[in-house]
Amino acid sequence: MKFALTTAPHLTPMKHLDELMRSVILALVPGITALVMAFGPGVLIQCVMAILTAVITEGVALRLRGRPILIRLKDYSAVLTGILLAISIPPLSPWWLIVFGTTISLIIGKHIYGGLGYNPFNPAMLGYAVLLIAFPKNMTAWVTPSELLSSIPSLQELIEIIFNPNLSHYDGLTTATPLDTTRTQLGMQRLLDDIHSQKIFAIIGGKGWQWANAGFLVGGLWLLKQRMISWPIPMSFLGALTFCSLMFHLSAPTVYPNPLFHLFTGGTMLGAFFIATDPVTAATTPKGRLIYGALIGVLVFVIRSLGGYPDGVAFAVLLMNLAAPTIDHYSQPRTYGHQK
Amino acid sequence: MLSLERFFGGLFLDGNKRVSTQTPIRDMPLSQRLMIPLVQRNGLEAHELLPIGSRVLKGTAIGGGSNPMDPWILAPTSGYLKAIEQYTLPHPSGLSGKTWVLEPDGLDEPIHLPALKHYHTLTTEALINRIEQAGITGLGGAAFPTAAKFKSPLNAIDTLIINGAECEPYITCDEALMKERPDLILQGAYIAAHLLKATQCLIALENDKYDAIGAVTTALNAHKNRTIELVKVPSIYPVGGEKQLIKTITGREVPSGGIPADIGILCINVGTCAAIARAVLCGEPLHSRIVTVTGQGVLNPQNVKVHFGTPLADVIAFCGGYTEKATQLILGGPMMGFSVSTDEIPIAHNVNTLLIAGSKEIRDREQPSSPCIRCGDCATVCPMQLTPQQMYWYVKSDQLDRAVDYHLSDCIECGSCDVVCPSHIPLTQFFRSGKTQLKLKEHGLQMAERARLRFEDRQVRLDASEREKAAALLQRKTKLEQGTNPEIQQAIERAKHKRAEKLKQVAPIPPQLNSGSED
Repeated sequence: MKFALTTAPHLTPMKHLDELMRSVILALVPGITALVMAFGPGVLIQCVMAILTAVITEGVALRLRGRPILIRLKDYSAVLTGILLAISIPPLSPWWLIVFGTTISLIIGKHIYGGLGYNPFNPAMLGYAVLLIAFPKNMTAWVTPSELLSSIPSLQELIEIIFNPNLSHYDGLTTATPLDTTRTQLGMQRLLDDIHSQKIFAIIGGKGWQWANAGFLVGGLWLLKQRMISWPIPMSFLGALTFCSLMFHLSAPTVYPNPLFHLFTGGTMLGAFFIATDPVTAATTPKGRLIYGALIGVLVFVIRSLGGYPDGVAFAVLLMNLAAPTIDHYSQPRTYGHQK
Repeated sequence: MLSLERFFGGLFLDGNKRVSTQTPIRDMPLSQRLMIPLVQRNGLEAHELLPIGSRVLKGTAIGGGSNPMDPWILAPTSGYLKAIEQYTLPHPSGLSGKTWVLEPDGLDEPIHLPALKHYHTLTTEALINRIEQAGITGLGGAAFPTAAKFKSPLNAIDTLIINGAECEPYITCDEALMKERPDLILQGAYIAAHLLKATQCLIALENDKYDAIGAVTTALNAHKNRTIELVKVPSIYPVGGEKQLIKTITGREVPSGGIPADIGILCINVGTCAAIARAVLCGEPLHSRIVTVTGQGVLNPQNVKVHFGTPLADVIAFCGGYTEKATQLILGGPMMGFSVSTDEIPIAHNVNTLLIAGSKEIRDREQPSSPCIRCGDCATVCPMQLTPQQMYWYVKSDQLDRAVDYHLSDCIECGSCDVVCPSHIPLTQFFRSGKTQLKLKEHGLQMAERARLRFEDRQVRLDASEREKAAALLQRKTKLEQGTNPEIQQAIERAKHKRAEKLKQVAPIPPQLNSGSED
């Protein structure tokens, strides 16, 4: 009898790339649901556009690079990039913003470097940074939480706004984010208590934002439980952010918001569980991941408190992407049987 | 009770062990022909020690002598040496090698080795001698000659570990032996401990092998001699790996590139232990081993005691033959075993398991792998605490020096990283290939070094002979010029004189003769 020859180990693999990516997408559902509840279904329209753009761009890029298309499309990595970018930008942004951003993410952020696994920067955050720098006005006009609106726009109206952005009533629907408001108004010498008594703020974060963050936290914890991501990066990220904000809050409570505000506004939870944990661009050694996550946490705090941008997650992640190879180099584990 | 340490990484694997543990070990009858490879584990060909046609007894040395470290190759039963053929070896390379064909005569007549019941009165040398005579090599899978292992320690051994931790899925031959013959294992352990003068002897079992633990505990209690301690180790793959087991039990680490004896530890497999007991106490040479025959591809999975040299096909036929599902034949477990293309291969010391796998049981390597996404899961499961992802990168791009910086040579090829890789990259294969390239490179360097030394030696020799020649020439010249010998001078004078006489008497001689005589 003749048998096929293969190489050891012969055990069936325990993990699958597409399953990993699908789980991450699935884990985004609670957060996205919270976003939809708070800011209307515009988020979903953005997601659909992002997914379509991502799939087409990925396909074209693979075609141009002469790589197999179907296998790579089926790993869902492009879809995930698209969704991450779509939920990071204002839900009522004009259609070309997400299309342009997603294309940039995949072409400049990923395929230029050789595709999946070879990109030094988180593609979604690279796309976000490009959009923020190129179109600051669009990127800072977040949607007013639905509960503060006198009349909630219908789906048809939302589609009209997104695909025909010159409509007049668009302005009435947008407002600055809680983080952005805090930063600009602190700059105008107003006191924190005064600022946070405005309508867009809630008990711990901003209205809507706290629920979105809670949703991403739940999804992230599920990913941890499923062992799809590992704990060092999210925990050190959140730990460092909490520590920094607590120290500054205790020293000057009227100027620096408390840690809970930092944890539950802006992109904190999304960043901690879904963006900083992108394995391709993060540090990989156990110790390196702790350092990587903690430094992102510190940078997020610094950029939010001292910088000129509405949130710090994207830039903090991109900066640490640059540092990841160096961190890995200096944090190699001690191999069995070797002295350090 | 010892406090255990946890080695880094590892995997919880589904054991699939019950498949083959439902029935006791069965003795397989002798095959019509036994194939005894004359190739040692280091790839060297052993000399055939007897002419074709010789009658041999069970335990007669029929091969060996090519290297003093290599064990003797013994006849597993009595019979006639029919021929020497080229036969596929039980080796991952799939190569064939010189093989004795032994036709058993059915008498199973052994050579005479006296039983050494009072082994504790014997010297270490005498016992090692017996182990060597009995042809004992490790039965754990690596098939390292046991006598050589006992001879090598330069340091004193303080701890002897009897390895009964059989962590790879499907394999149950050690478990079966522990359940059925714990007494033999313990006797072997006492002999080995006495031989090594070890102060501590530990027998390690996985904590989920309840039946084996029960049997060994009962046997230990019966002995009343409490110098052997039972250690229950957690069932995490690869806890049965020598390095991981030592770390778990003693907290010590075998230094990189070293052996356990460097830190005063020696590990032997439970099967080897039983073989030592049989060799010393009964004078019985090692002629068979227990083989786990398992998987969806065989009708009656079970543990079988098989003579060395039995073709795999016979063993599988004895276990009911193949089922329709059989797609692959693996020697060893599904993690570290190697697949072979044919069942026309003999059972040797290293074959602990025949895994006849169905297509659903094993992975499909036809699927292309995806790019590495640097998830680092490989590093979190690596029991050697390596960073496989980095090593892969460097091996793949032919930067072996960089891979060595990341300790490629320390990889034990356990396959853990491979199994958890979400991109399904054949990491272990890359590392095996990298290590082979390193060996080749080292071999090349050694050859180059030898060639250089040879060249230099030759140069020195040539120079010396040149100098000698020149010196001899010079000596002759000076001797002639100085003309120190008076007799020669006189002879020359005489000759000159004679010629002058002749010239006077005879008419002129033709010039050519003249010049001839002048020379």
